[in-house]
Amino acid sequence: MSPNLASRAAAAADLVIRGARVVDPRAEIDEPRDVVVRGGEIAELAAAGEASEPERAEVVEAEGMLVTPAFVDPHVHLRVPGQEHKEDLETGTRAAAAGGYCAVVAMANTSPPIDSASVLGSVRELAEQEAAIPTGFVATVSRGMAGEELTEMAELRDAGAVGFSDDGLPVANARVLRRALQYQRLAGGVIALHEEDPDLSGEGVMHEGEVSALLGLAGIPASSEATTIARDCALALDEGARVHVQHLSARASVEAIAAAKDAGTQVTCEATPHHLVLTDEEVRSLDARLKMNPPLRAEDDRLALIDGLRDGTIDCVATDHAPHALEEKEVPFEQAAMGVTGLETAFAVLHTELVLPGTLPLELIVERMTAGGEPFGIPAPRIEPGAAANLALIDPDQEWTVGADGYESRSENSCFASRELTGRVLMTVAAGAVAYRQRSFAMGVAE
Amino acid sequence: MKHLLGIEGLDRVGAERILDRAESFAEVGRRDIKKVPTLRGRTIVNLFYESSTRTLSSFELAAKRLSADVVSIKAAGSAVDKGESLKDTVATLSAYDPAAIVIRHPHAGAARLVADWTDASVVNAGDGKHEHPSQALLDVYTLRARLGSLEGLRIWIVGDVLHSRVARSCLLAFALMGAEVTLCGPPTLVPPELAEATGCAISYELDGIAEADVVYALRMQRERMGESFVPSLREYVARYQIDSRRLGPRQLLMHPGPVNRGVELSPEVIDSPQSLITSQVESGLVVRMAILYELLAGSERARPDRGPAPADPPRIGQPA
Repeated sequence: MSPNLASRAAAAADLVIRGARVVDPRAEIDEPRDVVVRGGEIAELAAAGEASEPERAEVVEAEGMLVTPAFVDPHVHLRVPGQEHKEDLETGTRAAAAGGYCAVVAMANTSPPIDSASVLGSVRELAEQEAAIPTGFVATVSRGMAGEELTEMAELRDAGAVGFSDDGLPVANARVLRRALQYQRLAGGVIALHEEDPDLSGEGVMHEGEVSALLGLAGIPASSEATTIARDCALALDEGARVHVQHLSARASVEAIAAAKDAGTQVTCEATPHHLVLTDEEVRSLDARLKMNPPLRAEDDRLALIDGLRDGTIDCVATDHAPHALEEKEVPFEQAAMGVTGLETAFAVLHTELVLPGTLPLELIVERMTAGGEPFGIPAPRIEPGAAANLALIDPDQEWTVGADGYESRSENSCFASRELTGRVLMTVAAGAVAYRQRSFAMGVAE
Repeated sequence: MKHLLGIEGLDRVGAERILDRAESFAEVGRRDIKKVPTLRGRTIVNLFYESSTRTLSSFELAAKRLSADVVSIKAAGSAVDKGESLKDTVATLSAYDPAAIVIRHPHAGAARLVADWTDASVVNAGDGKHEHPSQALLDVYTLRARLGSLEGLRIWIVGDVLHSRVARSCLLAFALMGAEVTLCGPPTLVPPELAEATGCAISYELDGIAEADVVYALRMQRERMGESFVPSLREYVARYQIDSRRLGPRQLLMHPGPVNRGVELSPEVIDSPQSLITSQVESGLVVRMAILYELLAGSERARPDRGPAPADPPRIGQPA
C-alpha cells in the first residue's frame, strides 16, 4: 500500500479461499470464485472449484461466504501516545482487523498531540512493532491543537504524515484554516476537518431536538456543523485546496457538501455507521455509550446521510472509533467522555441495518467502506491478480451479539453493545498477511 | 413501584395511589403525635450533590415521620469532594443496606444510574435539568386538594422552561392528570421541541394568560442574562412578571420556590390569597411520605434476606 503506512512485520500468506462470493465493485466482480493468495499476493482468481492448490497453502472452503476487498478506515483514534488506558496501537489495530479492515488512519488528538516530527516519528516506529495492519497517522493542523499557529506541515509530511487534522476540535479560526489551506500547496496532504462552531455547540452534549428538550440536556444544533462546513468549503474553493470533511451528521451538512462539490470544491467526506443507523431517540436511555460528537441526530438527518452515501455525496464510511475507559463512561451522560468504538461492528451494523432490509446494496457498502484511504493517498484495495492481498472473509449469515464475547479493543464503549447483528468477519488479510481470524473460525481450521 | 425516577414512566393509577396516600398522611399531620411506625428499622439515605433547603428538609422529615433511620449526605465536605465517583459512593452507601436512596444531582440521568448500581429503591430528588418528580407530585396534590381534580384545568407554566427540571416534571404530571398545559416565556427559554414532544401549547407572550385557571411561575436565574437568553432583567420583568395586574382574581398562583421577589413574581401576588406557595411547601412533606411509603411499603416487597417487612400492615393514622 502507501509507503506512509506502518505495521509490524508478518508472514506473507499462502491461501486458497474456495467458492466464496467475491464482491469487488471496482473490479466489477460479484460471483463465486476461488481466490488464490501466494506469498501475500493475489495469484489467481479462478472460477469456483477450479483453482490450483499451491503447496502448503491453507485451504478455506468458503461456499456461502463472502470475500470483499478489506476495508479502509479514514478515521480512528488509537490513543497513542498518552492515553494507552483507552487503547494502544496493538489493541486498536487488532480491533480494526477484527472488523475486516486492512488499513486505518489514526487521528492526532493524543497526549501530547502529534504535532511535531519527533512525536510522529516515535508513533510510526511503535506502529512498526505493534500495529497488526498498516496504519497511517495524520498530524495536527495547529500546534498543540490550540488553533493558533500552524504545525511544521512540510516537515511532518516528509516524516510520513498522511494528512492533517485537529479532529476532536474544529479549526475554529477561519484565518488559521485559510493559512493551512494555502500552505498545503507546499506541504501537500489533505486537511481533514471536524466541523463544528464552538459557540453554537456551547455546552451541548447531544443533538438539539425533542429528545434533548425532554431530557433537559443542552443541545448541539445541526447548524453548528452545517455552517462551518459551508464556511470551510468556501475557503477551500477560494484557495484551490483539498479538504476532507469528517463524520457528517446532519441533512444540512449533506446539502452543504453537495453544493460545494457542485461549485467545484475539492472536498470529500465521510459518515459513520452510528450516524447512518441510529438517531437521538436512542439517547432517551441516557446511556453514556450513546454519547459522541457529532451527536446522533434526527431520523430526517439519518435518511439524508443514507441518500448521500447512495448518491456519492458522501464518499466513504468512517468509524470514528473513539475508545474510552469504563470509568469515563460510567457517569451521568453530561459528564461522560464523547466518543464510541466502532471498528469491530462497522460492517455487521451496515449489513444488518442497511443491506439486509434492502436500503442499500451490498456492493455500495463495500465500495464506501474500502474508499476511506483515498483522500489520504491510500488507494482502495482491489481483488485482482498481482495485487497485494487485502481481503475480508465474511460469513454473511452468522448472527452474533455485540460484546457477548468481549471486544478486541481495550475499551467497551460500543453504542451497539448487546445488539443482535447478522454478518461476521471471519478472517482478514492485510497487506498480504493474515491479520485476524475469528475465534470459532480459527478453531474450525485447526480441526 | 420500585423507584421514582421521573414522572415519565409513572401512570395515572400509580400517581393517584401516591396522592391518596398523601391525603391520609395529612390527617396524621394534624395529630399531636405525627409519627407512624411504618418504616421502623429501615434506613433511608439522602444523597444530595446540590444544595437544597426545602427538598432535603422535607425528605428528611418525611422519613422521620415514618420512623425510618435517616442519613443525609451533602456533597460538600464528603468523599465526593475528594473525587470519589458516583458509582463508588453508591457502592459505599449500599453497604449500609439502605431501603431507599434519595438523590439530587446536577446531571440528568444520575438517579437512573444509581438505580442500576444499588438494590435500594431510588427516589429522584432532581437530576440536572431533567426531572423533579416529587415536586410535580406535590404540586398536583396541592391543586387536587384545592380544586378536587385537574381534569380540564388550564395551567400556564411561565418562565425559564429550558433550564427547569420542575417545568419538565410538572408539564408531564399536569398532562397525566388531565390538565391542558401552556408553556410561556421568551423564545430562547421555551424550546418548541418540548411542546412538539408533549403536545402542550406555547406562547411567547402573556396576552392570553386570562384563560389560565392556574399560573405556575418558574424561578428566573440571573446568570441567564450573561448567556444572552434574555437581554436584561428589566425586559424580562416587563414582559413576563406575574403581578396583580396580570393575575386575575379567579386564578391560582404557584411557584416551586425559592422565589426571586420582584423578578418572576411581584411581592403583592406572592402574599395574595390566590397564592398556593405555602400550601405547596406543606404538601411537600406528606407527598414525600407517601412516595417513600409507596416504594418501601406500598407493595409487599419484603425480601427474605432483608428480614421481615413492617410487622403489621401499616395502619395510617395510628400514632407510634
